[in-house]
Amino acid sequence: MPEGIAEGIGASVRRKEDRKFITGRGRYTDDINRAGQLHAFFVRSDVAHAKIKSVDIKKAAAMDGVAAVYTGQDIADDGVGGLICGWVVPNRDGSATHEPPHPILAKDKVRYVGDHVAMVVADSLATAQAAAELVNVTYETLPAVVDLASAATAAEIHDGMANNTYFDWELGDEAATADAFSKAKHVVSATLRNNRLIPNAVEPRAAVAEYDHIADSYVLHSTTQNPHLLRLVICAFVLNIPESKMQIVAPDVGGGFGSKIYLYAEEACCTWAAKKLRRPIKWTADRTQAFLSDAHGRDHINKVQMALDDNNKIIGLRVDTLANLGGYLSAFAVVTPTYLHGTLLSGCYAIPAIYTNVKGMATTTAPVDAYRGAGRPEATFLLERMMNIAAAEIGMDPAEFRRINFIPKDAFPYQTAVALQYDIGDYEAPLDRALEMIDYKGFESRRAEAAKRGKYRGIGLSSYIEACGIAPSAVVGALGGRVGLYESAVVRVDPTGTVSVFTGAHSHGQGHDTTFAQIVADKLGIPLANVEIVHGDTNRIPFGMGTYGSRSLAVGGTAISKAVDKVIEKGKIIAAHMLEAADSDMEFKDGKFAVAGTDKEKSFGEIALSAYVPHNFPHDRLEPGLEETAFYDPLNFTYPSGTHIAEVEIDPATGVVTLVDWACCDDFGNLINPMIVEGQVHGGIAQGVGQALLENAHYDENGQLLTASYMDYCMPRADNFPSLQVDYTVTACTHNDLGVKGCGEAGAIASPPALINAVVDALSPLGVTDMTMPASPEKVWRAIQNAQTKAAE
Amino acid sequence: MPTVSMKVNGQSVSHDVADNTLLVTFLRETLGLTGTHIGCDTSQCGACVIHVNGASVKSCTMLAAQANGADVTTIEGIANGDELHPMQQAFHENHGLQCGFCTPGMIMSAIELVETNKNLSEQDIREGLEGNICRCTGYHNIVKSVQDAAQKMGG
Repeated sequence: MPEGIAEGIGASVRRKEDRKFITGRGRYTDDINRAGQLHAFFVRSDVAHAKIKSVDIKKAAAMDGVAAVYTGQDIADDGVGGLICGWVVPNRDGSATHEPPHPILAKDKVRYVGDHVAMVVADSLATAQAAAELVNVTYETLPAVVDLASAATAAEIHDGMANNTYFDWELGDEAATADAFSKAKHVVSATLRNNRLIPNAVEPRAAVAEYDHIADSYVLHSTTQNPHLLRLVICAFVLNIPESKMQIVAPDVGGGFGSKIYLYAEEACCTWAAKKLRRPIKWTADRTQAFLSDAHGRDHINKVQMALDDNNKIIGLRVDTLANLGGYLSAFAVVTPTYLHGTLLSGCYAIPAIYTNVKGMATTTAPVDAYRGAGRPEATFLLERMMNIAAAEIGMDPAEFRRINFIPKDAFPYQTAVALQYDIGDYEAPLDRALEMIDYKGFESRRAEAAKRGKYRGIGLSSYIEACGIAPSAVVGALGGRVGLYESAVVRVDPTGTVSVFTGAHSHGQGHDTTFAQIVADKLGIPLANVEIVHGDTNRIPFGMGTYGSRSLAVGGTAISKAVDKVIEKGKIIAAHMLEAADSDMEFKDGKFAVAGTDKEKSFGEIALSAYVPHNFPHDRLEPGLEETAFYDPLNFTYPSGTHIAEVEIDPATGVVTLVDWACCDDFGNLINPMIVEGQVHGGIAQGVGQALLENAHYDENGQLLTASYMDYCMPRADNFPSLQVDYTVTACTHNDLGVKGCGEAGAIASPPALINAVVDALSPLGVTDMTMPASPEKVWRAIQNAQTKAAE
Repeated sequence: MPTVSMKVNGQSVSHDVADNTLLVTFLRETLGLTGTHIGCDTSQCGACVIHVNGASVKSCTMLAAQANGADVTTIEGIANGDELHPMQQAFHENHGLQCGFCTPGMIMSAIELVETNKNLSEQDIREGLEGNICRCTGYHNIVKSVQDAAQKMGG
């Protein structure tokens, strides 16, 4: 066994990136300061919907220390473009998604509280902030549009966009679905709300923009998950800068969860102004700005109908969704509730007919976009709630009802009724394991014991599937995406045999420095310490599509694997030359290139050195150097799946829901670093539990965000959780080299319905059949009171 | 501008700062100790926790001037050269961090929690870290890290 194999694929190696973070030597965007830098502060709309009558900047601009105050007019006069939508879908009538302009500073109208109206640049943040107070904006206020259900008939938000509807999209066979319902023995109906969330990476967004007027080039440090896409959008669509003149650096980034995928107005404004003023410009959001202007998540209303046959098999599903997308279309606002939602409606189940209609609605609230799971948690929530509602209505155990409707493990590849083809899966295995882990059989005795203590105890399941490893470019293109979703990797072997890997994926907590290095170390048979992972800099990496959609390992990791394969192939040719053997006789194993069937061999280090000291290379067929590039475009999505089970206790006196146990078993395919995978699962569960129990973004009827600080938006804390039980089953992905599927979003996808199913189960003895998210103490307490009042009547 | 003097990570520092300078700003901007982070503006997130005279303090809730004469320790000051503090080591061993942004504050809170309490139960640790928000880890491995460190620190 070669040195380093204990650090290879499958080992829970401790993370290479930890040391800088635990010693305070991480380098986040706000840690960066430049000589002569100015500070930006944005004047934001304090009304939800208004025409801008005037913006008076005179007093602010005259303040000592203020370098400039810019308005939407300045941006427009300079021909600066707006923020763009990266994916559109066709409407049911064949027309296109309505894409209203999204200027980086509003000029004529504001469309949510927090919309950017002016930018103040000053020699200190305090001065910029004080000057911003002196910018006098006069508005002609218009009615706020907050309620999603009635948004279609409310005040027009974008000129000429009828019914405040960005798009009206459908998927599936409507006639076949209607036919299934006509034959159904039992039809289950429910209206299910998916509450609005605010992502809340603990590091607020920030930017440091620099312009070099000699080279006419820019450097933008940004808290982005996606440096190359940021560069493409800011250069090609907003500021009209050659991409070769723009370097985007995403240094250490303190969490993303989707909210840092997109180009935002602030970083575009800073970059634009850095050239105007020829000074570096820094901007860092405070938490309130983050609440107001980071892309929010979820916010759907679903009307769902499920048709069952005589054998309790699901034969049809119809879902009508209203998706609240806010005042402007964010970059991936359209794909999230459509192709990342409608395609997931089959879940783990063999459902022959499915039809869904999604209307993307404008409201005068912050833009809504992808948030951990992006469409898939919303789909899973409605489906897994329906599974429990249906099971309750037909009087069947919810685990058993799921089991009889699962796609059987011998039915793969399985073509769903909503476009996807699942390559592989086995849904019963994780269900069985999770039931065992939580002692499902023993639950009723625990319920009875809790009842003796005056508590309501409940258990709730969720069997989910997700489509990740986003995504085959051909599929993306056919479905309206304006990007390809491959990933790139360069594997550079140094003369001394150390290896640098340049990846287009971006790590902001996922542990790529370790996981990716394990793949390389394992494949090359070298120590982990000899592999460095480089990411987050457009000047160092060929190209990249960034990190989201649980794609880093399945797509980015596979690209690395393929580049390593190319290195090995070239190494074989070098070794064959050195050993005077035929290329075809060479094999590579355990870090050594050997002539098959002989003891003639060269170590990886010898080949690396020889590649750079090519004294007698046959130059007609062998170039010096040992560096290879691979772009990997996946062949399909990957389909992680599993079952999560929540057990809760409710105190009827307070309505407080206590999560007392959690068991989950996931199938992520092969695991590279189980420790890191488990951490991803924990974090996902916590975000899902946050959604189900604690978190809610709330706008009042005037469009004011009432939950704009941690005082009002309830974040999950350590004491909201029990110890979490996590286990795995494995069916290896069939279409990537590593057999991996992705694990970053699973917890957030699976957990909300498990939690709500548990809460409803706990209250079911009282006759409670539904609970909206979050299941806050007040709501739960009221549900108990109402049920008890009814019972007394 | 008043002169503020204190000991930070064992070294005496003295600077003129504006009256309204927060301690966290003084550490980050004046001293360049950027391991202490700012994650909110309402003293909830705990990313800025440091030790002032041995007690954990959210450095966004204190003016630099209030720390005049104090003995301040930040995340940069708890390792002994290359030898990590047991709490740092435990976070590494137990995968108690992901993006790392909340980590310095979490470690500083955890150290004080363990140093001032014996025989901490899992629930004690969870409640003791209530003032620190982490969005990545689900707290599971943070709690494990603190349990591990508590053993090594003789808690």
